[in-house]
Amino acid sequence: MLSFESPVRTPWHAVPVIWKFFVLFVCAVFLVFTNAIEIQLTGLIACLSLYCVGGKTFLRNGIQRVVFLWPMLLLIMAWHWYSNTSQTGWVVAIRLLTIVGLSNLVTMTSRLSDLVALLERAMSPLRKFGINTRPLEIAIALVLRFTPVLIGKTALLRDAWRLRSRKKPSWRIVFPMCLVAIDDAEQVALALKARGGTGKKPHAMSVVSSTKDSQT
Amino acid sequence: MERNVVFIALFAALIAVLGLIPPITLPIGVPITAQSLGVMLCGTILGAKRGGLAVLLFVVLAIVLPMPLLSGGRTGLASLASPAAGFLLAWPIAAFVTGLIAERVRSIPFTILASVAAVIGCILVLYIFGIAGIAIKANIGIDKAAASVLAFIPGDIVKAVIAGLISGALLKARPQSVLSRSLNQQA
Repeated sequence: MLSFESPVRTPWHAVPVIWKFFVLFVCAVFLVFTNAIEIQLTGLIACLSLYCVGGKTFLRNGIQRVVFLWPMLLLIMAWHWYSNTSQTGWVVAIRLLTIVGLSNLVTMTSRLSDLVALLERAMSPLRKFGINTRPLEIAIALVLRFTPVLIGKTALLRDAWRLRSRKKPSWRIVFPMCLVAIDDAEQVALALKARGGTGKKPHAMSVVSSTKDSQT
Repeated sequence: MERNVVFIALFAALIAVLGLIPPITLPIGVPITAQSLGVMLCGTILGAKRGGLAVLLFVVLAIVLPMPLLSGGRTGLASLASPAAGFLLAWPIAAFVTGLIAERVRSIPFTILASVAAVIGCILVLYIFGIAGIAIKANIGIDKAAASVLAFIPGDIVKAVIAGLISGALLKARPQSVLSRSLNQQA
């Protein structure tokens, strides 16, 4: 299964997911409503310290995951420098870096099964209002199962394209990808109906393994 | 019911897979990724409700799960904290609007209609939310925020045309599976 969970074990892996989300939420709200640059810097240093607990490799992986922010940080700094509000620019940029860093930390230290369980738990209040959440649970399981399946089929389509052309496949394989997705959807819908439809109570992760069987 | 659930799930998975297609670079130097093409296709093929739900499912999973579902290998939670969050959060609305136009208008050829629907839903509507998100998160003016994303519009127009061509071809190849045009929409 594709996952952003870090293979480097850290003490943060042992913290329950719900607590990590709660702390992230509180920190984000606090940082958004604070404009003192000292506090923002303290937040960034604290965030880096949390990564350091996991060691050098973990820290390096974490930094790699926030690199995508650099054009936006550059734009923010340039705009605020141009508007003579450089200090506000620093506050916004540091805040952004800290919140994105903390978000990544939660993602890198949480197991997929724990997060799926959290999603199911978050949906439980809906059941009290008579809303059937089973189709949603099945849909989540199908996405988890079929993302790697479609990635595999896309790789085959690209190989087939390369055999026939020197040009890169790029968007040209999107049409066959859609056909593959539609054909798979029709077959899985029939298989699901034959197995009792969306009425039975599944556990998301168990559906992941059962759809694996129906695909083979 | 089963068909709707499976189509929603598989198109959410398709958006994730489209994020893995290497970007193509326009002559002006701006790279365009195929992921938002997936959002357009959800609207044009699945229609308003199912298309919007497929994209909503994708966005929720991209934010919560530690899976590389977004293009460029970004994590969803981090993207939510970034200035481009407005675009990510508005994807379901964009797919819904695209689907609504694709479902309701019957007077013009579907290929052209799907392209026009994608331009309205996934460029006009999406950019309103996206630009507002950048202005709020980056604490800059709306004009500057709008100027920062102008370079991506040519790429999105190219994607809208491609979405129209693919949708038209799918309507010929699998007419019953293009749910936005299917007569029996509740199948």
